[in-house]
Amino acid sequence: MSTVAETSITLTPEHDARPGATVRSRLQDALPKLVLAPSFAATIVFVYGFILWTIYLSFTNSKTFPSYAITGPRAYQRLWRWTFESDPPSSWYTSITNMGIFGFLYISICLALGLFLAILLDQKIRGEGVLRPIYLYPMALSFIVTGVAWKWFLDPGLGLEQTLHQWGWTSFHFDWIKNKDFVIYTVVIAGVWQASGFIMAMFLAGLRGIDGEILKAAQIDGATTFQLYRRIVIPLLRPIFLSALIVLAHLAIKSYDLVVALTSGGPGGSAWLPSNFMYEYTFKRNEMAVGSASAVIMLMTITAIIVPYLYSELREKPR
Amino acid sequence: MSAVATPARQSTGGISARTVNRIVIYGLLALFALFYLMPLFVMLVTSFKTMDEIQNGNMLALPQEPTFAPWIRAWSEVCSGLTCVGMKGYFWNSIKMVVPAVIISTLLGALNGYVLTKWRFRGATLVFGLMLFACFIPFQSVLLPMATILGSLGRFGVKLQNATGLTFGFGNPTVNLVFVHVVYGIGFTTLFFRNYYEAFPNELVKAAQIDGASFFQIFRRIMLPNSLPIIVVTVIYQFTNIWNDFLFASAYAGSGDVMPMTVALNNVVNTSTGVVEYNVNMAAAMIAALPTLLVYVLAGRYFVRGLMAGAVKG
Amino acid sequence: MLRKLLIGTALASGVAFAAHAEDVKEVQMLHWWTSGGEAAALNVLKQDLAKEGFAWKDVPVAGGGGDAAMTALKAMVAAGNYPTASQMLGYTVLDYAAAGVMGDLTETAIKEGWDKSVPAALQKFSVYDGKWVAAPVNVHSVNWLWINKAVMDKIGGTEPKTFDDFIALLDKAKAAGVIPLALGGQNWQEATMFDSVVLSTGGPEFYKKAFNDLDEESLKSDTMKKSFDNLAKLVTYVDPNFSGRDWNLATAMVIKGDALVQVMGDWAKGEFNAAKKVPGTDFLCYRFPGTDGSVVYNSDMFGMFNVPEDRKAAQIALATATLSKSFQSAFNVVKGSVPARTDVPDTDFDACGKKGMADLKAANEGGTLFGSLAQGYGAPPAVANAYKDVVSKFVHGQIKTSDEAVTQLVSAIEDAK
Repeated sequence: MSTVAETSITLTPEHDARPGATVRSRLQDALPKLVLAPSFAATIVFVYGFILWTIYLSFTNSKTFPSYAITGPRAYQRLWRWTFESDPPSSWYTSITNMGIFGFLYISICLALGLFLAILLDQKIRGEGVLRPIYLYPMALSFIVTGVAWKWFLDPGLGLEQTLHQWGWTSFHFDWIKNKDFVIYTVVIAGVWQASGFIMAMFLAGLRGIDGEILKAAQIDGATTFQLYRRIVIPLLRPIFLSALIVLAHLAIKSYDLVVALTSGGPGGSAWLPSNFMYEYTFKRNEMAVGSASAVIMLMTITAIIVPYLYSELREKPR
Repeated sequence: MSAVATPARQSTGGISARTVNRIVIYGLLALFALFYLMPLFVMLVTSFKTMDEIQNGNMLALPQEPTFAPWIRAWSEVCSGLTCVGMKGYFWNSIKMVVPAVIISTLLGALNGYVLTKWRFRGATLVFGLMLFACFIPFQSVLLPMATILGSLGRFGVKLQNATGLTFGFGNPTVNLVFVHVVYGIGFTTLFFRNYYEAFPNELVKAAQIDGASFFQIFRRIMLPNSLPIIVVTVIYQFTNIWNDFLFASAYAGSGDVMPMTVALNNVVNTSTGVVEYNVNMAAAMIAALPTLLVYVLAGRYFVRGLMAGAVKG
Repeated sequence: MLRKLLIGTALASGVAFAAHAEDVKEVQMLHWWTSGGEAAALNVLKQDLAKEGFAWKDVPVAGGGGDAAMTALKAMVAAGNYPTASQMLGYTVLDYAAAGVMGDLTETAIKEGWDKSVPAALQKFSVYDGKWVAAPVNVHSVNWLWINKAVMDKIGGTEPKTFDDFIALLDKAKAAGVIPLALGGQNWQEATMFDSVVLSTGGPEFYKKAFNDLDEESLKSDTMKKSFDNLAKLVTYVDPNFSGRDWNLATAMVIKGDALVQVMGDWAKGEFNAAKKVPGTDFLCYRFPGTDGSVVYNSDMFGMFNVPEDRKAAQIALATATLSKSFQSAFNVVKGSVPARTDVPDTDFDACGKKGMADLKAANEGGTLFGSLAQGYGAPPAVANAYKDVVSKFVHGQIKTSDEAVTQLVSAIEDAK
């Protein structure tokens, strides 16, 4: 059997030339597009339509409620100022720098850990049925409560530090959650804890979808386990990497409740992410125009990062 | 059918190297299991403690006088607002929203993924790219325009009601939530299936087509039976996200009789000015997560390998 | 919304629903009072209405001190489905009134004499453009000290009358080895304490000019600078783990005797009550030193929406019951706050409650009743939150000096106006 990666054979129904069955076959031809159409239409209206609406609002003077008179780019000017004249750091500046730190660490650690655990679990492990839910369960719990558990655990006066002190390791010191410069890393820890299990499941599904025959053939050819994974398995998982990356990036930019439940925004707002900024300004501070502008900037940033990647992943590979 | 298991004929050391290997693998798996379990441990021990013990003791210590009272309170007495029926009253509200939303979005995702990989047309990649990018829209910025649309659909429902005696679901908060979750879920479900089917051998589809199988026959007989692992992943993802959604649920279905579990849990846990019963909160959170955990365990059983090989032979 | 819900439920249960022209005997109420004591307090209202034959449709959305509920309200209003009433704070009422979605209760207000019994400072928020749009439920005040009496006796402290007294008292506690000041390092708690510090440092006139009128001269004055210095002084008395702590955990430190004092609004009393502590014997409530005679308040209001005609009767019943003397007393005894009308007898209240009521009355008559900026009664939310940002950044060291803090405060408020 040939390799699975060779996938770009496009199927076209071949019976359309036959006369007499034109209506039926034309319908047959259109069927795939008809099946896709409702989903696509919903996306265009409820995602791209609303994005346009958000862009529009960002140029208005919307406060508590949307207002539809264009008043110019004042919201962007404020964000610009908060980005570049930021001493002491503005909430927006803190949010975007945190996004960089958090996004990079969260995504890369989750990917690495998820793949690693999936490969380990795929070694015909006894007790897989027990371990899998253990890695997965953090996803199931709402963070408004697990946030409390983590908050206690990371609190130097209540959790890990105090416990280790009681056990006699008195020099142990771990107060990141109280420290304005390190609090964002505690958000990374809790975030990885929550999402890495699901990424593991995605990779596991990918591994299980790989045709065993290929692997058998490679093993017979004398490939070591390491070579097998590096040369054959991981390249075959490329599409799964794409899925995992999208899921993680989506979770990262929407990690609103994670920050609130764990840190209440952190000392002096030092744990804010752009989603906190967006929510605060849109709903809490009644500055909807600024909130919308921050959403637009986030979307633009994501576009700049993800679209080239998508392009390289999705373009028709000449084979 | 074989897993990518450590090859039995590893050259150095024979059996002992293999044993060492296994020990290392199990050791690592156990270590990570500990990391994942730690907060659950904190929550579990807390849920069995009295409030006095929580306030005065160490959070990692086992309960001195274990009590089931917090669990009983969380299950049948705890208040969400002025309604004090415990968490048990909200399961049904969530289930009748989550189950249709998960089924519809998963099915649409599977169909979309099938079309996008096996029935490519000009512009298919662009369509997929656009649907994919849609995953990134911040829900905060769709909340209000979506509410406006749902509101007008509701008024349309009232007109229908007057004209025909039926609303056809327009304006029903549960239907609204299903609709919203399907709309914002198809991006992900399509992504999962499309990327899974990407690695699915085209030869199978082609062969079936030559045998005269129709679009839907191929989907039902060949694609679906071979999609179990990705169905599991999709169902887990959608079920978890929809079950735990708070933003849409609180905005579109906050009223007591339709309120989903998450909103109720949030009402139990969040106190603006009042005493926080941590033990009850922890128990309530675990009760609220039970259906999701059940899905993980049950669906996890279908993480099987090798169906595809069977399909080739059959 | 309700009509929609009813239709939905009717459909779901297979019961045909026919619209009637008669009054709908039901109120739909959005609120975030979901915890034990608060819910119990609100339940009194539900029962009062039940006696008059009105059903209560509960829409509780907790989280973020009302943030989640306000988000839900915005969505409801965007969908065109107004609740009968919603719990609301200060400027939010005025925003919705300006958007034209609030009802008009003026007739009832005149009949019930609300304009005479509700303090003028509160009417600024419950009356818009000459129309009553909201029914105030209670008055919280934030310039309180909550002190553990056993610790106070142990260190031989007495009621501090000035800021310097307060510092001396904190020093005594420090010397005795207890945490002097219990503080939760979240921005609203820090700013709530700073409200009191400013009132104490600059006096009533200054507080009003700076935090209610947003007068720039006052905001950048030396007095404001001194207030920040005083805040910095107070922060030296907190324990190192204060950052991010919930307010009720800080209260628990005082209850347990780990800490001497907390500066917090009167909702803290609910925690003492829940721990079965008695004012005067277990704990002490003093006004923040140097603020006696003034009250910095916030208030919960029930905003009344412009509901269809057939729901107005229920709405009027709700508003009337909310401001009835019996409910005002019963509710506020449980909640820890004081009644929103000054003519309610104080017989059922404890010592702290009695003092709170007397203070409110005096402040109302003396013109020293001021909206709390931290609690959203001094200025609109954009300004209030910008203020909280600056105070919190000062407390946690992102802003290093009081000079810088004042500059930041002025520009942040200017920006948010």
